Amino acid sequence: MERAAPSPGLLQPGQREIELDVRTQDVEINMGPQHPSTHGVLRVLIRADGEIVTAAQSHLGYLHRCAEKIGENVDWLQYLPYTDRYDYLAAMNNNLGYSLAVEKLLGIEVPPRGQYLRTLIVELNRIASHLIAFGTYGLDIGAFTPFFYAFRERELLLDIFEKICGARLTYSFIRPGGVFNDAPPGWLQHVEDFCRQFEKKWPEYWDLLVENKIFIERTANVGIIPRDLAIAWGCTGPMLRGSGVDWDLRRDQPYLVYDRLEFKVITGVGYRGTVGDCFDRNYVRMLEMVESLKMVRQCLDQMPEGEVSHPDVGLIIRPAPGEAYVGIENPRGELGHYVVSDGSKIARRVRVRAPSFCNLSLVEHIMPGTMLADAVAIIGATDIVIGETDR
Amino acid sequence: MLTDPVTAAAPAPPQGNLWTDLMHGVFPDGMPWWMVAVLGAAVAFAAVMLFVTVIAMFSIWLERKVAGHIQVRLGPMRVGGWHGWAQSVADGVKLLLKEDVVVTGADRLLFKLAPALVLGTALAMFVALPFAPGLQIADVDLGVFFLISISSITTIGVIMAGWGSNNKWSVYGAMREAAQVASYEIPLGLSLMPPVIYYGSLSLRTATDMQAGWLGLHWYVFDPLHFWIAIPSFVLFFVAALAETKRAPFDLAESESELVAGFHTEYSGIRFSFFFLEEYAAMFVMSAVGAALWFGGWNFPGVTQMPEGALRDFLCVVVFTVKSMLLVFVMMWVRWTLPRIRIDQVMTLGYKYLTPLSLILVFAAAVLEYFLALAPSVLP
Repeated sequence: MERAAPSPGLLQPGQREIELDVRTQDVEINMGPQHPSTHGVLRVLIRADGEIVTAAQSHLGYLHRCAEKIGENVDWLQYLPYTDRYDYLAAMNNNLGYSLAVEKLLGIEVPPRGQYLRTLIVELNRIASHLIAFGTYGLDIGAFTPFFYAFRERELLLDIFEKICGARLTYSFIRPGGVFNDAPPGWLQHVEDFCRQFEKKWPEYWDLLVENKIFIERTANVGIIPRDLAIAWGCTGPMLRGSGVDWDLRRDQPYLVYDRLEFKVITGVGYRGTVGDCFDRNYVRMLEMVESLKMVRQCLDQMPEGEVSHPDVGLIIRPAPGEAYVGIENPRGELGHYVVSDGSKIARRVRVRAPSFCNLSLVEHIMPGTMLADAVAIIGATDIVIGETDR
Repeated sequence: MLTDPVTAAAPAPPQGNLWTDLMHGVFPDGMPWWMVAVLGAAVAFAAVMLFVTVIAMFSIWLERKVAGHIQVRLGPMRVGGWHGWAQSVADGVKLLLKEDVVVTGADRLLFKLAPALVLGTALAMFVALPFAPGLQIADVDLGVFFLISISSITTIGVIMAGWGSNNKWSVYGAMREAAQVASYEIPLGLSLMPPVIYYGSLSLRTATDMQAGWLGLHWYVFDPLHFWIAIPSFVLFFVAALAETKRAPFDLAESESELVAGFHTEYSGIRFSFFFLEEYAAMFVMSAVGAALWFGGWNFPGVTQMPEGALRDFLCVVVFTVKSMLLVFVMMWVRWTLPRIRIDQVMTLGYKYLTPLSLILVFAAAVLEYFLALAPSVLP
């Protein structure tokens, strides 16, 4: 088979150049769909010259469940549980994105307590999601133990979610008009206990994995995405901020109560390597956990009393004809919902802009020239959820 | 007819029991030499096989418990009652009962031969280990050399397994193993040279005997004139041993997150368990070499001074096994703490750092011995 030369424009400075002095037969190898470190049923077809990847191509669709088409066939509210299932690690955020889009169509405002509860729980969910990202990234690099530590803390968060909505993974808690119910008695205290505990544990993770010499060797200067490339490919979230782009929808297009909260937008600074390498992406996620914790604390302090839902939104929603797009900052990037209403109780069109999907599109272009082990590190640093890329 | 001098010379017992009467009746001239050899080999094989199986099963159970406790969980707790002690037995039975799958397109000969070769070499390594003064299957003159060379044969088995599996991931695992072990043989061999220079012998038995001083605490690492060579050389040996036994952070041959399971991806059932047993047997052997050369072998205060006999031998075995298992524990500890190194970094570490360092140590040890030999009367 003829070698498809990787286009030179995509090989970025700092990446290993492909050695051409010794030529052997290339191996075409399927990484996935059943593979321990493709985070689900992603299939990456890799052409490798020994240990060096010369070309890569990702194949999607193994988890396609027609989520968007289903949106055109069920009630506005009935679609909510399907949003849980795109990014099942951050279901609260998905609920929020869809709910905000529907509310924009309806033109209603959620009561303040509902807004604060939403912000609080979305940030908690972001911590849970980043914990998984950090833990599984350790697994990809070969360190098993951080994964269990991350799950220990995530378990506490799932307990918190279970207490407020009864579900541990697919919540459907945030819904058009507000949230499903108010926090049960003692729940806010429970969140505060978690904050205190997590604060103590976070430095352990930092020392155990992020400052580990082998981890730095494996991730720093690997899979560098320069600033302009990240923007050109529509990367969002930690993938974009890891490349040093200071862009966060929570600050730049505030929704909910983010304009009333103080937080820093974390960007990659090349702490241990070049700006935009795998280390930076993980670094951004690690520090975002701390920022989210700060936001949770502020939400707890500012939590007002009152209603949590808009009284006019019932089970049957009939928005006026029109369209709306709302993008929110999910743990993995900008989750956009574009919804079109024709005035009936069923949506005309529900279109989802999934952050993992856009982030993943770049992966196959930064892989050529790296080693096989780096390919795993790159996929891991992208932190994809296949439920979201395939929907 | 050739007769074994020992058995031939032994006079018939005047009043025998059933066993001796039987033996005398069947072999009036004593047992023929070949039968002694065959029986001896069979007994030795059975003993080694039993010991290796028990040690490996215990190590697997220990590994799971260690991993569990490091990872804030408990590990096996159910099978057998007390802390899941029978988990390995249950796993072994399960693996024995599984279907023996040979994948389509595999090279059947290589595929089937590889686990046997790998396990066989692991068993052969136990021959030279000095468990106790009266318990060593063969005091090989070239003990250390013998162990290194036998342990390299394992690599051939791994390559056979990878190549025969008809799986690209397996081939990757096998090739990584070949590259890695070939490069770490050098620092491994060189890091064993300082103790060998110190003892003036390659025999593990001699090494152990020479550490019997100070009530059994005159270990190489404690020697006041040599500890500054002994400790770094042990660290080098340990790192190289990790690489040699394919343990994390050098487990590239079976790196789970990259190569699925590496060279044993296509293996299942009893053949898979052979690879598993080999890994733990090799860990034990490497740790035992470390214990014998650096940490005094069976020597320990109280045990060294005992009168010779079965009890002393038993305690020696216990001391030696415990010392080795402690080193095995360190290997487990490392595995569950560190991430995995990339293949080019493995090569860099081996060739650019470990090999020169071990060469320097060998040189230093030689120079030290030379000057100590010049002034034997002044120094202890």
